[in-house]
Amino acid sequence: MSVLELANISKHFGAIQAVNDVSLSIEAGQVVGLMGDNGAGKSTLVKMIAGNFRPSHGTMQMDGKELILHKPVEARQHGIEIVHQDLALCNNLTAAANVYLGRELRRGVGPFRILDYAAMYKRAGQIFAVLKSETRPRDLVKQMSGGQRQAVAIARTMLSQAKIVLMDEPTAAISVRQVAEVLNLIRHLRDQGIAVVLISHRMPDVFDVADRVIVMRRGRKVADKTIASSSPEEVTGLITGAIEQV
Amino acid sequence: MAVTLDQTIAQKQHTLLTRVFASQTFWVVIAVILACLFLSVATDSFATTKNLYNITRNVTFVAIVALGMTFVIITGGIDLSVGSVLCLCSMVLAVTMHAGYGIEIGIAAAIATALIIGAFNGILIAYLGFPPFVVTLGMLSIARSLAMVASNNTVVFQFGPDHDKLLALGGGAFVFGIANPVLYTIVLALITGFVLRWTKFGRHIFAIGGNEHAATLTGVPVRQIKVAVYMISALAAGIAGIIQTGWLGAVTTNLGNGMELQVIAATVIGGANLAGGMGTAFGAVVGAALIEVIRNSLGLLGINAFWQGVFIGGAILLAVLFDRLRNFRRNE
Repeated sequence: MSVLELANISKHFGAIQAVNDVSLSIEAGQVVGLMGDNGAGKSTLVKMIAGNFRPSHGTMQMDGKELILHKPVEARQHGIEIVHQDLALCNNLTAAANVYLGRELRRGVGPFRILDYAAMYKRAGQIFAVLKSETRPRDLVKQMSGGQRQAVAIARTMLSQAKIVLMDEPTAAISVRQVAEVLNLIRHLRDQGIAVVLISHRMPDVFDVADRVIVMRRGRKVADKTIASSSPEEVTGLITGAIEQV
Repeated sequence: MAVTLDQTIAQKQHTLLTRVFASQTFWVVIAVILACLFLSVATDSFATTKNLYNITRNVTFVAIVALGMTFVIITGGIDLSVGSVLCLCSMVLAVTMHAGYGIEIGIAAAIATALIIGAFNGILIAYLGFPPFVVTLGMLSIARSLAMVASNNTVVFQFGPDHDKLLALGGGAFVFGIANPVLYTIVLALITGFVLRWTKFGRHIFAIGGNEHAATLTGVPVRQIKVAVYMISALAAGIAGIIQTGWLGAVTTNLGNGMELQVIAATVIGGANLAGGMGTAFGAVVGAALIEVIRNSLGLLGINAFWQGVFIGGAILLAVLFDRLRNFRRNE
């Protein structure tokens, strides 16, 4: 059964048609690569799912119920988590503090509640263990490698019962070894039964980790097929427009 | 022996000791202690009860304002208006009490003034996107001018029916002969330290200073917190103004003139980073103490007072130099 279902979604800004009549469905425990050139409408589509924009037309459904989002916070409440391209990490804080940023655990009664450092370190450590990442909860993020930073940003999505994780170019600016690390993180997320939408320009990454690929061009969905039935050459053709539609 | 993933994750990279040695505040404390030891030996007049009483009391006004400033600086902002706000709050207190109102009304009026100014600064900065430097620079001018208007630029030294209460509040020593301002500083420093380390509010302040955009994206109420920190800074200046009024027994319109620079110097010496994301309550107090010890010692050692600026400026650069050296080592 699909976790998220978009039906005939469109978004226009004035006269500009950013996303045009897109329908798609995303299954639990599936990694979907979302590809397309700059300006193809990927970001706009993702921002609608994340609650930054409201669709001009069409409907979104989550677990069979209509999904209407006014603010990004509401998306999070529905189990939609985003890993931003710049990761949105605070370098001056520890890994655990970053994981819990905005949802700090506290103990105590009524207004006399203090931060529960022990619980946050413990839980963050457990999440890093699930992700199989050598990241220490007490370390400052500024001392971390690109892969560890990704692990911190991804760990954030696992705090609540996330159903869908949207990842915006997670492998764009890191070393080759760290790319492998991040792809592993994505697999561990999928193994938890979470649906992952991977927005990427990097063909090898998508073909390495994704189960399905969706290609967008000029606001339209031009392909939606399993990785096994596609090829990098075909996807390149679809992105550039050499292949019209499949 | 193979190291498992769980062991790696559970490992602590820093022990308490390495963390202490790595902190700028620790070295400033050492500097203060060494300076005090040296002065005790080198002069007869340093380690006297009277001199120590003076030093501790003088530290307090800068220290209290520096505690408030620490909140602002951690968020990556700056508050240049504290000296003028201190003066305005003193003046509001003085004029209210001079007009025959009790001390409670006077203090309430002074605190309200501080909070209104802080909220004004904060709203312009957080909601209208003004640069903190510009807003508080403007307020530096406005608040001092208002203080002049309130008093018609005269010296106020009669505080109505509660005159003696006010003087006891600022100049007395309620407990064990420790000057009252010192007690207030200790209490306020403990509160500040607690808020920064143990509350969600404190955590969010550091997050805003570290990466404001990230804080916004993760749902931290950035704007409200920014307004709050400027209100806290103004409130600290107001409290210092009230205490200083009681201690001096008179208010002039040049009270707290140039104080903002001393306060910023104290926080920076104590380890706060003007780029945001770093700072402690203890550091602010220790920084203020170092400045006061330098000032005091120059007088006792018979060095011309004109050299004061050189030594204080040197201390600022030296404190930041330690920080830079550590960073160089880390980057290599």
